[in-house]
Amino acid sequence: MTSTGLILKDVHLGIGGRTLLNGLSLEIAPGEIVTLMGESGSGKSSLIAYICGSLDAEFDVAGSITLEEQDIVSLPIERRRIGVMFQDDVLFAHMSVGENLAFAVPKGIGKAERQRRVDDALVEAELEGFAARDPATLSGGQKARVALMRALLAEPRAMLLDEPFSRLDATLRERVRNFAFTTIKRRNIPALLVTHDLQDKTDRVITLGTANN
Amino acid sequence: MARPLRDVSISKSALARNPFGWAPPLTFAIFVGPILLGLFGTLLPSFGLQPALGQFELSLNPWCAFLSDPALVKSLRLTLTVGFGATAIAVIIGFGSVATLYGTRAFAVVRALLAPALAFPHASFAVGLAFLIAPSGWIARLLSPWATGWDQPPDLLIIRDPDAIALMLSLALKESLFLILMIVGALGQINAGTMMRSARSMGYAPARAWLLVVAPQIYAQVRLPIYAMLASALSIVDMAIVLGPAAPPPLAPMTLDWFRELDTARQLMASAAAIFQLLLVIVAILLWRLGETIVRQSMRGLLTSGIRHGWSERIVGSVGKVGIAFALVASLGAILMLIFWSFAGTWSWPSALPEQWSTAMWVRSVDTLAELVGRSAIIGIAVSAVATALTILCLEAGVGRSTPRWLAILYIPLLVPQISFLFGIQLLWNRLWLDGTVVAVALTQLLFVLPYVFLVLSDPYRALDPLIAIAARSLGASRVRTLFKIKLPLLARPVAGAMAIGFAVSVGLYLPTMFAGAGRIDTLTTEAIALASGADRRQAGIIAFALTVLPFMALALVNLAPNWERRTSR
Repeated sequence: MTSTGLILKDVHLGIGGRTLLNGLSLEIAPGEIVTLMGESGSGKSSLIAYICGSLDAEFDVAGSITLEEQDIVSLPIERRRIGVMFQDDVLFAHMSVGENLAFAVPKGIGKAERQRRVDDALVEAELEGFAARDPATLSGGQKARVALMRALLAEPRAMLLDEPFSRLDATLRERVRNFAFTTIKRRNIPALLVTHDLQDKTDRVITLGTANN
Repeated sequence: MARPLRDVSISKSALARNPFGWAPPLTFAIFVGPILLGLFGTLLPSFGLQPALGQFELSLNPWCAFLSDPALVKSLRLTLTVGFGATAIAVIIGFGSVATLYGTRAFAVVRALLAPALAFPHASFAVGLAFLIAPSGWIARLLSPWATGWDQPPDLLIIRDPDAIALMLSLALKESLFLILMIVGALGQINAGTMMRSARSMGYAPARAWLLVVAPQIYAQVRLPIYAMLASALSIVDMAIVLGPAAPPPLAPMTLDWFRELDTARQLMASAAAIFQLLLVIVAILLWRLGETIVRQSMRGLLTSGIRHGWSERIVGSVGKVGIAFALVASLGAILMLIFWSFAGTWSWPSALPEQWSTAMWVRSVDTLAELVGRSAIIGIAVSAVATALTILCLEAGVGRSTPRWLAILYIPLLVPQISFLFGIQLLWNRLWLDGTVVAVALTQLLFVLPYVFLVLSDPYRALDPLIAIAARSLGASRVRTLFKIKLPLLARPVAGAMAIGFAVSVGLYLPTMFAGAGRIDTLTTEAIALASGADRRQAGIIAFALTVLPFMALALVNLAPNWERRTSR
C-alpha cells in the first residue's frame, strides 16, 4: 500500500463527553473504495464531516488525516479538495444541469474546454442532451449521477460518500451504486463510503461498533 | 408513501364540515373592502369628483395642477433617490453581510440582535438618530471642539439635507435589518448548509459560495418583502418628516402637506398626487424586476467561470459587514440618545454628557405620557388581538394550505403606498360617522397589522404535527375544542409572538393613525413625529423613548408563554 492515499491515524471523535470514535486508523489507497459500516449514532457521518472539513466546532477531535502526504486537518473545506456525495443530491435549483456541472470545473480553463468536460461528464453519466434541463425535472437516479459527476469535475483528490444511495429505491440503488463505483475507480482516487446498507459492499468493509460509550 | 395520503384525508375532512368556514370571507371583507374603497375614494377626487359635496363633473384640473407644480420634478427626484437608493443599499448590506457572516459566531450574535432592533419603531429610530448625527448631535459633541474646532454647532445640513441623502442612508440601515431577518427565515426553507458544504468542497471560498449558490435561491424567497421595502421607501412619510428635506420634501410628505391644507383645490391635487404614487410604485417594481433580470444574466457567466475566489465577494462582504455594524450601532446610539435627552437637565454644547441629570421633564409629562401610552397600548392590544384571532380562524379554515395566492392579497397593503388609499379610507370613515374615532384608527391599523401577524403565525401553525389534532378528535373532541384545548396551548409561544409583532407594528404606525384619526387621535408615534421638529429635545426624547419601550415590553412578554414547539419538534 502506498502512502499517497487518504490516511487516518488514531482519529478520536466525541461530543459532550460522549465518545463516538475511539482511535480509528485507516489507509485508503488511490483507486480503492472502503466501506465504513455502522448503525446510526456510530459517528460515521461525523467522521465524514471531519474528513471533509465541515464538522461543527462543538465536537472534540483528535488524530491526523493526511491526503497525498499533506496534513489536511487544519485546512478549510475549500482548500482540501475532497469531493463529497451527500444523502441529498443538493443540485443547485437556480442552475441548469449543465451549469451545475460547469460550476465545478476548475478555473483557468478555456470556455471550449470547459464545455467539452461538461459534455463528457454527461456522456459518462448517460445523460447526453440533459445540459439545459432544470434539475427539478430529473429522476432520483439521474440527480444522483449528476451530483457525482459534479463532485468529480472539481478534480478532487479523494471522494467521500455519505449514504448517497439510501434515498433511492432498491432497483435503482444497485445501478447508481455500480455507476458510482466504476466512475470513481476510473479517477484512481481514494474513496470512503459510509452506509448502514449491507448491500453497499466495496473493496474493503470496516464495521464500526455501535456507540461504545 | 404515507405522507400524501395523510394530507388528502385532512383536507377532505376540513372541507366536509368546517365550523370556521365563515372566517376567510369575513377577513377578506374587512381587509380588501376598505382598501378598494379607499383607492376608489382617492381616485374619484383626483378627477374632480366629490359625490359627498355634490361635485359630479369630471375634470382634469387636479392632475394638471399636480403635474405643473413647480416642486414636482425636484420632489420626484428625491422620491426616486430615497426609494431606489435605500432599497438597493439595504439589499447589498443584507446579502453581503449574511454572505460573510454565515456560519460564523458573529452571525449568531447578529441574529439575536435582529428582533429587538426590528421592534424599534421607525419614528423613534429617526428621532434618536437625528439627536445622534445632527450638527448639534452627540457625534459632533464627542468630536468638538478638540477634533473639529467647532465652538458652536456648525451650520451644516447633515440631516434634512436638500438631496435627502441622510434620509436614504438611515432608511437603508433600518431596512437592512428587516431584510436580514427575512433572509434568515428563508435560509431554513432551502438546504443552505449542505449546499454550502457542497460548493466549498469544490473549492469555492465561503462568501463566494454563498453569493453564487445560496443567494439566488434566497432572493426568490424574499422577493416580495423586497418589493414591499421598495414601495415603502418610495412613499416613506414618518422618517422623511424627521430626517428628510422640507423644501421640497419627497412626494409622500408633500402630498400629506397638501391634504392637510383646508383648501379644496389643494386636496384634489393631493388625490392626484396619491394616485400618481401608486402608479410610480408599480413602475418602480417593474423597473426593479428588470434590474433583477439584468443582474441574473450578468451573474450567469460567473456561475460557470470556475473562479473559486476573487475580489468581488470580498468587496460585497466588507460593504455588508460595515453596513450591518452601522445599522446596529445606529440603533443602539439612537436609543441612548433618547434616554440621555429625556433625563437631561442642563446639557450645553459641546458637553458629551448632560451637566445635570433630571427627572423633571418626566414628572412634568406624566399626564400626557399616561394618556398617550394608554391610548397607543389599548389600540395596539385590540388590533393585534383581532388580527391574531382572524389569522387563527383563517388558518383553521384551511387558508394558505393549498393556494399561496392568499399571501399575495395579504401583501397589498404593504405594496400599495399608504397615502394612495388612506385618503379614501378617511372619506369612508367620514361617511360612516367614524372618522376621528379610536375605532376608525383600529380598523385602519388592522389592514397593516394583519399581514405581519399572518406571515409570522402561518409557518409554526402549519408545522404543528397534524396527527396531534387527529388524535384529539379521534378521542371525541370537537374541532373547536381541539383548537382551544390542544392546538392553541401547544402554539402558545408562536401565538404570543405574532401578537407581539402585531402590537409593535400597530404602535409604530404613523400615516394610518394620522388619517383615520383625522388628526384628533394622538398616539405616541404621531406625537413623536410632531415633536421631532420642535425645539424641545427633552420632550421629544421622552415620547420617543416611551414609543420604543412599548414594543420591547411586548416582545419580552412573549418569553412568558410556554414554549412547547421546541419539545415537540425534537
